[in-house]
Amino acid sequence: MVSDPATQGHEESPSPVRILDHAKRGCHLEVVLGPEQVVAAAGVMDENGFALDAVTGVDWIAESQLEVIYDYFHPLNGMRVAARARIPRETPEIPTISNVFAGANWHERETHDFFGIRFLGHPDLTPLLLPEDATYHPLRKDFSGE
Amino acid sequence: MNELNVISAPEHSGETFILNLGPQHPATHGVLRVKLTMDGEYITRAEPVPGYIHRMHEKMGENRNYAQFLPNTSRIDYLSAMHYTHAFVGVVERASGIEVPPRAEYLRVITSELNRISSHLVWFGAFLLDLGGFTPLLYAFDDREKILDLLEGITGSRLTYCYYRFGGVCNDVDDAFIRGTREFVALMRPRLSLYRELVTDNIILRKRLENIGPIPAEMCRKYGATGPVIRGAGIRYDVRRLEPYSVYPELDFEVAVQFEGDCMARYLVRMEEMGQSLRIIEQALDRLPDGPVLGKAPKTVKLPPGDYSYAVEASRGRFAVRVVSDGKDVPYRVKLRAPSFSNLSLFEEASQGMMLPDALAVMGSLDLVIPDIDR
Repeated sequence: MVSDPATQGHEESPSPVRILDHAKRGCHLEVVLGPEQVVAAAGVMDENGFALDAVTGVDWIAESQLEVIYDYFHPLNGMRVAARARIPRETPEIPTISNVFAGANWHERETHDFFGIRFLGHPDLTPLLLPEDATYHPLRKDFSGE
Repeated sequence: MNELNVISAPEHSGETFILNLGPQHPATHGVLRVKLTMDGEYITRAEPVPGYIHRMHEKMGENRNYAQFLPNTSRIDYLSAMHYTHAFVGVVERASGIEVPPRAEYLRVITSELNRISSHLVWFGAFLLDLGGFTPLLYAFDDREKILDLLEGITGSRLTYCYYRFGGVCNDVDDAFIRGTREFVALMRPRLSLYRELVTDNIILRKRLENIGPIPAEMCRKYGATGPVIRGAGIRYDVRRLEPYSVYPELDFEVAVQFEGDCMARYLVRMEEMGQSLRIIEQALDRLPDGPVLGKAPKTVKLPPGDYSYAVEASRGRFAVRVVSDGKDVPYRVKLRAPSFSNLSLFEEASQGMMLPDALAVMGSLDLVIPDIDR
């Protein structure tokens, strides 16, 4: 339906693009990216007419990594694509895609609230859903609520 | 058509002031605060400040098993409980291969569409109230009461329904429900015509809504706005059709769409949708198969390790649940993708240069449910 966002230049890791069975997984295509590729991938999604569904995180504490998941859907044909990128837990930084999809602004702010992931170049990472003086990140697996 | 479009501030005086709208304000329908930077009557910046009723449902999801988390999902968008629980039982069924008997799927569709109508009726009443018309609210709540009574009869709740279970629904319906629902459909059609005559064709309403607050398709795409917002901008995006689930593919209905992208378009989409929901309910009642309403499901649900998502068309648009499982009986991660969150995120851009009363009309036309945004 569309050209695969990350088939180029990512041969070193095994199969960065996976075609999924929507009936089992709820998604048609999954792409594993390096953190430096997420903006370019968002650009490809944008050019192909996709809409931004959500940006969220997962804390893989055992591997000492944080994962950022970018969900897209196509407003005309319903196709679903998820792009995922892992970053180290100690330096959780990844470029913002809010210049490509304006709606990413709030999703990234929320992900920063919950996981402490810093989106480089984001215009405003003040807490969105958490209290304005919050310094904790409740969806980190080692968060205890004091 | 664009002549009356967003009357923008004639000349910036350069002097602005901050106006706080909310967090307690009747027009925000809940605890939403909007920090407005005003140049006289015109908005130069409207920054929504959500989070006042943030409950961290996603963390709760990581602390209880699948069955225990299910009731949480009916409390996110409290006007759309059926759709939200549908997404959560859907993701569990999809991941673990639990079969749902056909009768249960039809009952899910019937109750979901009743819920959609009751949700749109609340929006209709509240929106008109925002615009200064009190009477429609009383009519709308009168109709909605009948739906609440019907659903109370089979689910036991009037608002935060938890009727769906992994593998079906918890109660079969009785003849009283079927009869009552048919009566409701027969009664609601003339009511919709009445609303058209009394409200939709009203010149004052049209002056308040036509050409006000255009939200073009491209803006919807960039912000991920869905539901009546994107359908009011001419895009026929409906999860029931484009990512079909349950028995919707077997039912005949039109996806309501309008092309103007203004407040009136979003209004007309929702009004049309109520009629379509009646159509769906009628067909589903005609085809309702006999049989069990709850399939076999394990006592303690465990999903195979992996990442699963499930989307539904809720009253306000696309609601999706993403569950990351590590094979235990408690989810490793639950992400709740709320339609109101994305729909509100475009407000800052859409309301720029608008007069305050028009911005409130736009906000009403987005049909926000604040607990859905804050989660």
